[in-house]
This record gives sequence, structure tokens and C-alpha cells, in this order.
Amino acid sequence: MTGQATGTVTGQLDDQPEQVTGAQSLVRALERAGVEVIFGIPGGAILPAYDPLFDSEQIRHILVRHEQGAGHAAQGYAMVTGRVGVCMATSGPGATNLVTALADAHMDSVPIVAITGQVPSASIGTDAFQEADIRGITMPITKHSYLLTDPDDIPRTIAEAFHIASTGRPGPVLVDIAKDALQKPTTFTWPSELALPGYRPTTRPHGKQVREAARLIAEAERPVLYVGGGVIKANASAELAMLAELTQIPVITTLMARGAFPDSHELHLGMPGMHGSVAAVAGLQKSDLLISLGARFDDRVTGQLSTFAPLAKVIHADIDPAEISKNRAADVPIVGDCREVISDLIVMLRKQADEDNLVGVYTAWREQMLGVKAKFPVGYDEPEEGLAPQKVIERISQISGPEATYVAGVGQHQMWAAHFVDFERPRQWLNSGGAGTMGYCVPAAMGAQVGEPDNVIWAIDGDGCFQMTNQELATCAIEGIPIKVAVINNSSLGMVRQWQTLFYEGRYSNTDLNTGSEDSGARRIPDFVKLAEAYGCVGLRCESPDDLDETIQKAMSITDVPVVIDFVVERDAMVWPMVAAGTSNDDIKIARDLAPEWDQDDL
Amino acid sequence: MSQQHTLSVLVENTPGALARVSSMFMRRGFNIESLAVGPTEIPEISRMTIVVNVEDLPLEQVTKQLNKLVNVLKIVELDSTTAVERELMLIKVKTDPQTRGQVLETVQLFRAKVVDVATDAVTIEATGDSGKLTAMLNVLEPFGIREIAQSGRVAIGRGSRSITDRTLRAVPGVQAG
Repeated sequence: MTGQATGTVTGQLDDQPEQVTGAQSLVRALERAGVEVIFGIPGGAILPAYDPLFDSEQIRHILVRHEQGAGHAAQGYAMVTGRVGVCMATSGPGATNLVTALADAHMDSVPIVAITGQVPSASIGTDAFQEADIRGITMPITKHSYLLTDPDDIPRTIAEAFHIASTGRPGPVLVDIAKDALQKPTTFTWPSELALPGYRPTTRPHGKQVREAARLIAEAERPVLYVGGGVIKANASAELAMLAELTQIPVITTLMARGAFPDSHELHLGMPGMHGSVAAVAGLQKSDLLISLGARFDDRVTGQLSTFAPLAKVIHADIDPAEISKNRAADVPIVGDCREVISDLIVMLRKQADEDNLVGVYTAWREQMLGVKAKFPVGYDEPEEGLAPQKVIERISQISGPEATYVAGVGQHQMWAAHFVDFERPRQWLNSGGAGTMGYCVPAAMGAQVGEPDNVIWAIDGDGCFQMTNQELATCAIEGIPIKVAVINNSSLGMVRQWQTLFYEGRYSNTDLNTGSEDSGARRIPDFVKLAEAYGCVGLRCESPDDLDETIQKAMSITDVPVVIDFVVERDAMVWPMVAAGTSNDDIKIARDLAPEWDQDDL
Repeated sequence: MSQQHTLSVLVENTPGALARVSSMFMRRGFNIESLAVGPTEIPEISRMTIVVNVEDLPLEQVTKQLNKLVNVLKIVELDSTTAVERELMLIKVKTDPQTRGQVLETVQLFRAKVVDVATDAVTIEATGDSGKLTAMLNVLEPFGIREIAQSGRVAIGRGSRSITDRTLRAVPGVQAG
């Protein structure tokens, strides 16, 4: 939250109290908090705020088409920049439309601040027009929330909201402001200090715990670095690379941590979990020490918890103490910021090596796991005819490179993107991991593009997800936000269809979306190319592997308007490997009914 | 083993603090056995006494999740050996000329008191730990209990130490961005 504020129309930035309206005070406060962009939609209760906002030279307001889009855009902006994303909506339905994005940000620890208008304070509780108790509704899905009825509280509350959203474990904060508080006169004074006696996140790890962790690492024979999204949030990738290089311990990056450690690095075993690589899943299962850094032992990673990594001791470092020992008891809990934890660990491991000659040797284990990685790479079979969805994603990555940022929706295309995009840098990958929000992709990509105006932003979406929030293409076209959307169109809710194939005898109940080609018997409703064009975007279509590279290159050459590519892909492709829900990671399948054939000495 | 734990929770006296706490319990699937909220000697701080019935590991989750709430200042687990725990109960018991004497004797035995008398009932005020109140109810039961109102448990540690000490005072301000 660096104050980037320069001169503004609403007044100069000094700390002298100044007579303003609540709405002016709000805009001044947002400027002081360093806000450069707000995604939102005006409406009755928030209307007073939009008047001074109109005059702000510092803050660009981007008028979205649905408040959910505003929320996800704020998330996308926050994920690529590391700054707080801001969204704004009016009371009632405007505010409730933010709920999904707030829940998503809460699950994935994304720092956003949502400003909502509320009905006038005298009307609160009367079921007034467009009244909803948004603070009550969002209590379980926000890090903190406020309802303001006194304009004098606005600057302090905004300062607190940005502080809470961006520090400790990041998360969404909601500030609901009654309309009369925006209209009344008040004075604007930016607080020099915040009084938050109940909010003191621990960032410095405890030395004793770090020492204990270093000792366990030296004693272990089969350790793995189990890396979660916290490493990206803490900007700790450089430290992580140093730790891995120093110890030569294999690294596993969760769905939220893709890019925290380069895919090209030899020590990287890939992504764990339900659709994890065999090496990553086996690495966890056979490990004798999990060094968990900013990860939370999510059920999609652990599978059946009772059989997860049964032989392993656990070092669990997280900035949120409540994550430690929540799902899996930790032998060495470390509360702290991942960057500080890893830095301290490196110092301690070096000291241990120098002073006590204690150095872990994991050569046999590393060789074994690298053998598994070589033997069971994540791959796919190309169909005899038609376009393999995995190939589309792989080629997009190869042509665009790791400098581009990749944003996914939720489902098969998300898992394929997680595997087949080459992730080499942190903040290269955005997706809805914890909440699994279909519809995240297009608006989040929009926010990412606003945060990285000169970068290539690929929205890798599914035909199901795309139809949930594609109205933001209008926003992108009008506001000059040239995202590239690759719709991996298999004409169905693909992941659900995959489960129906595997667990419901191929009874495809309500998963056919009919977006495929007419030749294949689908109805092509909607026609994504026409839809793109209707929204002022360039629409392209690719149905054959022969046109694949050319289509991607064409999309790469268009940099001034959004591009939507309808990749009509083969329908029966499935995501492998897979650990079926509720089963043990030991039962991983690399294809239908096909367990990996382990050599005796593999594991 | 699942057992009762008494948590004393100091919270900022702000609107919504109670809702946040109860919402967190509901959302995380923890059951509240009893909850009592009241002011403390510091006007800005309220004290909640929460009785939960959970195993040790979930209790750790309860306290950690409570600690994450921005308005929660401090959590202390009190146990009956080192703290005084009390509940207040108002009991309306049926009486007639034959039974009234026995009921009054029970009131005396439990060091309770009669706070209201009608021709066919008395209302008794009793305080104590839950064991005492249960025992008293068992004795009164045969006379006919017409109505009960019971408070949540409140508790305070024995000795001279105070959990509100240093809770608000020693907090450094955070530099605003």
C-alpha cells in the first residue's frame, strides 16, 4: 500500500482536516490508500460516491457489466500486482453480486477491498428498496467487514480496510457505507496510526521452531518441499529457489503455487493432488518429511486424509496459525511470513552445516523421485481426429512464453492449463483454486490486464465457464483491455462429464452445452466467434491441429482489441492423472483403470 | 475425549462483534453450549464466556479461528480448578400448603433464595456451578417445575491476576499506509 498519490482534483494531500462530504472523504481516502483503479457499477445508494470519483485524476474507474466481474477483476489485478484490488457496488443486489468474488478471494487469500453503498441509516432494518445486510451476508467470507453510518469514520476505516486486506494472510475486506454517511458533511483527516488491538499478524518466525525444523530437515531421508500459494503472496520465490538449491530437496507446487518454482527446474516434481503428477503425488506419499510452506493441506491435495503421506513428519510454516494442524497435525509448527521463514531456515541450515557438520543427504531419494518423474511425465494422447485440448494449451504456452500471464476458469481446462502451461515465474498463473468459481477467468484476466497493461494476458477458459461471465468482453473492448481468450470448447461441462464417464456409467445428465460444431451434432449456441464480434472483439475459430499455430499467432499479433478464439476440441479427452474423490493418493490412476506400474525400486 | 471447555473471550465493544463470534462457530461447525456476554471494567471491552463441547484438537481450532476475528482481543481457557464458574437460574416451582415447607428447606440447603411467592408457586433464584444447579433441580423436580430461566456460564480466574490487564494498553499503533 504505497501512497502513489499525487495532486488530485478533490484537494491536495496534506493532513490538515478539510471540510468535505462523506463521499469526497471516501474518494480522498481511497487516493491516500494508493488506489489507481476501481472496478464497479453505480446505483442508488453508492451514487454520491460516484460524483467525486468522476473528478479523481488518480483513480480510474472501470465500468463493468456485472458486479461479480468487478470482484474477480479486483482479484486479477491484486494477483498480478501484489497490491490491493478494489471493487465498488451499490446496495442490495449490487452488493450480493459481489458475494461469489468475495468468497473466492477469501478462499485464495487475495487482498481486495469491496466498497458497497447501503440504504440510508434511518432505513436500515426496514426492508427498504435495494436493502441487503451485506455485512451479515459476507461475514463468513471476508477477513473483516464494516458498516459505516457516520461519515467521520470513513478515512480511518478505509485505512484499516487496506491494512487488513494486505497484511498477514491477505483477504477480502468489505466496507458498507450508508448513503446518508456519503452525503453528510465531515472533515477528512488521514490517520497517522491505526488502532487495531485485535489484529497483530505474526510475520517473524520463532527462532526455536526454525532451529527445530532445520534439525528435522538434516535428519530426514526423504524430504519434500510442499509449496503453496503463500510463497507467491509472500514474494518468496527467490528464497525458495535458494533453499531448494542449497538442500537439493525435491519441490512440489500446489495449484495455487504454480510458478513459485520454475517448472523447468530439475528438482520440480510438479503439482500434487487429485489431478497431480505421479511424481508429486508419490513424493508426498512416500516422504518422511513434508516441509510445507504456505500450503494448507487442502482435501484436493491430501485425498483421503488418513492415508495422506503416512510416513511423514510435518514442518508446517504459514502466516495463519489456524491453518497449522487444522487438517494434519504438525510436528514443527512455524507461524510467520514465508519469505522470512525460508530466509531464516537457510541461515539456520548453513549454520548447522558449519558448526555441527549436520547436512542432510537425500541423493538416493532424489534420484528415485527424478526417476518417477521421468517415467511418468504428465502427458496426453492425441486423438485420431480433432483437436486435443491439451495440445491447444501447450502450444499457447510455447508460443507466448512464460512472460505472458495465464488465467484459467474452473474444470478440465484449468487442470490442463496447470499441467501444460510452462510456469517459470510467480504471478504467471491466476485461477480460482479454493472456491472453484466457474466464471472467474474472463473478469480476472481483465483485472490482470489492467494491472499489467503491457503484458500478454491469456484467459484459458472453458465453454461452460465462459458463458457465465463473458459479458465483461464489452468492458474489455470499450476500456481498451486487450485480453486473449482461448475457449477450450468441448461443448460440455467437461469435468462433470468426466465424472459421469467414470462414476455414473456414462449417463451424461445435463452436461451437454451444445456449443460444439453442427457437424458433430451440436447446435453451436452461442457461436463464440459471432459473440466475440458482437462485443467488439476479434473472433477466431480453430477446429484442426493444422490451423493451431497459425490461429494462436494471429491472436498474438492482435494487441489493440480483445481476441476470443473458439478452439473446438475433442470431447472425450479426460484429465489424468486422477485420484478419485475420497480415495487415497496411493490409488492414483494415470488413465482409466490404469494405475502406474511401479518397479520394485521405484518406491 | 470430548469435554466442556470454558473460554473467556475479550472482544472490542463494537456492533457486530457477537454476530462475528456466533457466525464463526456456526460456519465451522462448532457447537456453543452456553454463551454469556457482558461489559468489563474497561468500557471499550466486552467479555464473552463461551462454553464449548469439543475435543482438544478442535478446541485449538476454535481458539485459533476466534483469534483471527479482528475484534477479538484475547482468549483464555478457564478450568474449574483455577477459576470460579457460576450460572444463575430462576426456577418457578409448584407449591401447595403441604409442599411449601419442603421446597423452602431445599432452597436453604442449596443456599438459594425465594424471590417471588404466589399462592400455588414460588420462584427461586439460585447461583452456582452447573453441578449444584442440576442437583437442586433434581430435588425440586418431584414438586413440579413450571418454568426455568437460566443464564450462560460466567467465569473468572482465581487469584489477583486479571486477563484484561495489558489487553488494550500495550498495543502499538500501526502506521497507516
